[in-house]
Amino acid sequence: MSRRTCGRGGCGPDRAIVQISKPRKRVQSAARPTPAQTQPLMMTASNPEFERECIRRILAGEGQLFHLLIKPCERAVYFLLLSLLRNEAEAEDAAQETAIKVYRNLHLFRGDSQFRTWVLSIARNEGLGRLRKAENRREDSLDALAEDQAGDFTPAILMSWREVPAEALERKELGALLRQAIDGLPEIYRNVVLLRDIEEMDVRETAAALGITEGAVKVRLHRARALLQRDLAPKLKGFAPRRARLLRWGA
Amino acid sequence: MRIDCKHVWEHISAYIDGEVDAGLRAEIDRHLETCEICSAVLDSTRNVVVLVADERVFELPAGFSERLHARLDEELETAGSS
Repeated sequence: MSRRTCGRGGCGPDRAIVQISKPRKRVQSAARPTPAQTQPLMMTASNPEFERECIRRILAGEGQLFHLLIKPCERAVYFLLLSLLRNEAEAEDAAQETAIKVYRNLHLFRGDSQFRTWVLSIARNEGLGRLRKAENRREDSLDALAEDQAGDFTPAILMSWREVPAEALERKELGALLRQAIDGLPEIYRNVVLLRDIEEMDVRETAAALGITEGAVKVRLHRARALLQRDLAPKLKGFAPRRARLLRWGA
Repeated sequence: MRIDCKHVWEHISAYIDGEVDAGLRAEIDRHLETCEICSAVLDSTRNVVVLVADERVFELPAGFSERLHARLDEELETAGSS
């Protein structure tokens, strides 16, 4: 399977290399920090060296560096919240609140987990807090319900499969179909697919972010993929390239 | 021991992620050589996983990042002036 080797959020041209300058006094200007003086550090979604240095300097007064620290986490935070809240405007507001809470509580980050994992656990708490406030439902009862249900995770039975290439995503309806299928998953499966398959987090990080065991991550991911395959396989057939018509060249 | 289709389906996700041990992988591979159904189930599942991971499927709303950082700037300014 072709997995991207570079996590999204960490390899854009605007963030490939960030240079960390020497500690200086608190930055009062709203301007973003500019690449500057000393040691260059690769800034990726999981660069502990960058994160440690960045956090140390933010806590020492360089608050503007927080923009760089939080940027690689933005996507995962937003989509986790969207998965929980099912509302784009509220997910965006919750993502902003999450970023502010992360900033205010940065001194509490001990480095026991990856920074992104810690950020996602704050995002998850933010999302669950909003859900409870709205009295929509309680996650624990939903979890128990979904885990207890054996469910039917039999895949769609096919006799053959013609691959749908990524280029087919140029057709908007394919993206819509995939989003609709993921949106239709029960929440506990949707969250895991989102972090494992879409944000490409590993099992351990996903488990820590969602507050579940690594075993539960694997079970939920398996079930989620089975449900997606069953839902999507029959619909995706129409997006596979047509077989070459051998006589067409001579027509 | 020859494994059956249902057994293969139970391990498809782990197989895709390379998380099955060598013995089980060999059994599954042997099964796939002769089972068109399981091959199609595996290929379609893998295809779905690759497609949903494509960054064109899930995009941040336009202006999301700008709005987030603008709000952070407000917070940073407040923190800086207190």
